[in-house]
Amino acid sequence: MTLDFSTLLPYTDEIVTGLVTTVWLTVVTTLIGLSLAVVVAYVRDGARENGANIVSRLLGGYVEVIRNTPFIVQLFFLFFGLPALGVPISATVAALIAMILNLAAYTAEILRAGIESTTRGQHEAARALGLSRLQRFRHVVLVPAFSRVYPSLISQCIIVMLGSAVVSQISVFDLTYAANFIQSRNFRGFEVYLVVTAIYLLLAIGLRLLFEAVGRRLFAFRQGGSA
Amino acid sequence: MTDFTTWDIVRNLLLAARWTVVLSLIAFVGGAIVGLVLTLLRMGGLRPIRWLVRGYVDLFQGTPLLMQLFLAYFGAAALGFDVSAWTAASVALTLFTSAFLCDIWRGCVEAVPSGQWQAARVLGLNYLQSMRHVILPQALRLAVPPTVGFSVQVVKGTALASVIGFVELTKAGTMLNNATFEPFTIFTFVALGYFILCYPLSRYARYLERRLYGAGIR
Amino acid sequence: MALVSVNDLHKSFGELEVLKGIDLTVEAGEVVSIIGRSGSGKSTLLRCLNQLERHDWGTIQLADQRLDGASMTPGELSQNVGMVFQSFNLFPHKTVLDNVMLAPVVVKQTPKSEARRIAEEVLAKVGMSEKVDAYPAQLSGGQQQRVAIARALAMNPKVLLCDEVTSALDPELVGEVLRVLENLAKEGMTLILVTHEMRFARDVSDRVVFMHQGRIHESGDPQTLFSQPETPELAQFIASVI
Repeated sequence: MTLDFSTLLPYTDEIVTGLVTTVWLTVVTTLIGLSLAVVVAYVRDGARENGANIVSRLLGGYVEVIRNTPFIVQLFFLFFGLPALGVPISATVAALIAMILNLAAYTAEILRAGIESTTRGQHEAARALGLSRLQRFRHVVLVPAFSRVYPSLISQCIIVMLGSAVVSQISVFDLTYAANFIQSRNFRGFEVYLVVTAIYLLLAIGLRLLFEAVGRRLFAFRQGGSA
Repeated sequence: MTDFTTWDIVRNLLLAARWTVVLSLIAFVGGAIVGLVLTLLRMGGLRPIRWLVRGYVDLFQGTPLLMQLFLAYFGAAALGFDVSAWTAASVALTLFTSAFLCDIWRGCVEAVPSGQWQAARVLGLNYLQSMRHVILPQALRLAVPPTVGFSVQVVKGTALASVIGFVELTKAGTMLNNATFEPFTIFTFVALGYFILCYPLSRYARYLERRLYGAGIR
Repeated sequence: MALVSVNDLHKSFGELEVLKGIDLTVEAGEVVSIIGRSGSGKSTLLRCLNQLERHDWGTIQLADQRLDGASMTPGELSQNVGMVFQSFNLFPHKTVLDNVMLAPVVVKQTPKSEARRIAEEVLAKVGMSEKVDAYPAQLSGGQQQRVAIARALAMNPKVLLCDEVTSALDPELVGEVLRVLENLAKEGMTLILVTHEMRFARDVSDRVVFMHQGRIHESGDPQTLFSQPETPELAQFIASVI
């Protein structure tokens, strides 16, 4: 057997198109998904202090359903199921919603662990200064909680980026879709998938480096030493 | 178009769910065996071997499982083997599982305080003896909750085998959908099937974790 | 009229009755030290004064205003009663300046420039003007505690509660914090301190309160109290700590 990568060259455009889609899906998912996770974590944390209400129970159910079913099934459910109920939805929108709901469910749980490890002293100092629960969450709890669980958040965002390969199955023209498309034209499946897999690996490494750089800036307060 | 009753749908899905369970077991048991070997290599002596294992883990954690399945399927074909979807899915999922378990277990071994290694060494135990009698028993206790937790990811991972034509729960769902055009019902049942398989594992993992680390900070 | 008046205060944690009827008045400008063994209820009393703990029975009044129940919002309360903790509890992700500015800006809605001016003023008072841009992790314990005092002062409270503020400090850092408190006392700040620093209690406070098993067992001016304790419990306590 010989590997022949030259047959890929005519398909550079497809690969770039797919790459762009994968990247923007990931970026939008990360921004919206993490914001949503903060809201979910806040509501569920309130339930811990004041007893569960209907909203926090529903959110808890949402988190469990997402975490205990495969992403591909969630995607099919949205893409095939919603139109059947009379809610038309495009493949891209279905993919985006599925990815956001997925990331938010996992990261809300991760964040919750960070929030719950806030010390009693921090809460008391904030209460003694007269901060309300929302003010405490926003100004005192959130940033240190983020910094404590940041490595897990990075991993989860990468997992969702890699998992997005599945959106090719509902014909979203992402990187994997490009690979399938090329494979169906030039019948060099192995070469195509090798190259695209390598691109995913580079994306994962790049995403991690980017997150780490952002983290160093955001969480500079953790480093000791003289001012 | 054939008429499918709800019972027909459920029955077909249940039959296919067997293969989800079987594939999960293969991947988990196979992955555990390979993962254990990798963990020992990763923790042990030779630097080039440690690097290789690390590269292996990073590779499988840094690429999509779907791509790994495609590569197993098409790669084997390119190498001249005519592999079935069964074989490709089993191999890919086993390797995928082994990489993640290796990473989890390495963390558990490293979590055992280094004083334990030193104590074993000064008693004259060699690497394997220290590992077997001192480190692994302690690491094992730490390893159980995250390992059970990861089994959920394995079960969910088998859903991707549907993409290379392996007929398990998800593939059965798409096939039934093509025949019945009742996607909402069908994918609700499919999701329910996975939930029934995964939720007890998740709960059990959380229970084990609580038991290990106490009730948590309140 | 007394600035703080506590009347028949009771507090239980489950079965355990920690405060068994406390009566205490503190005049404006007075410095009161509360001493006693651990478990005597002194920290709980202090924490009831700013409602970190809700008491079960009795009243707490600040000048002519009830501060318990719904009569005062947490925001209003924090502008009347400040608190400094044993473990500093600075917010690790905020600089010294931001720690001090947070409550004035967020709770009191003070404009940022004004809040900054106040923050710089109180930080100067505790001798931390040099470190406004440092993060808590970059400061010594004594410096952190001085910032914590400034943070409480920025809300311009009428009373400052100090809960064993030197107990978590290395011995060589205790002095700098006590000096700050002494200066505040001289300026006429009303201070209520739970403390293990007997020398400080004796030299700086106007009155010492000895708590024992959930009650105020003895109280009076420090000189008399330390030299001629009336009850055997206080005599024993003094002997054990000096």
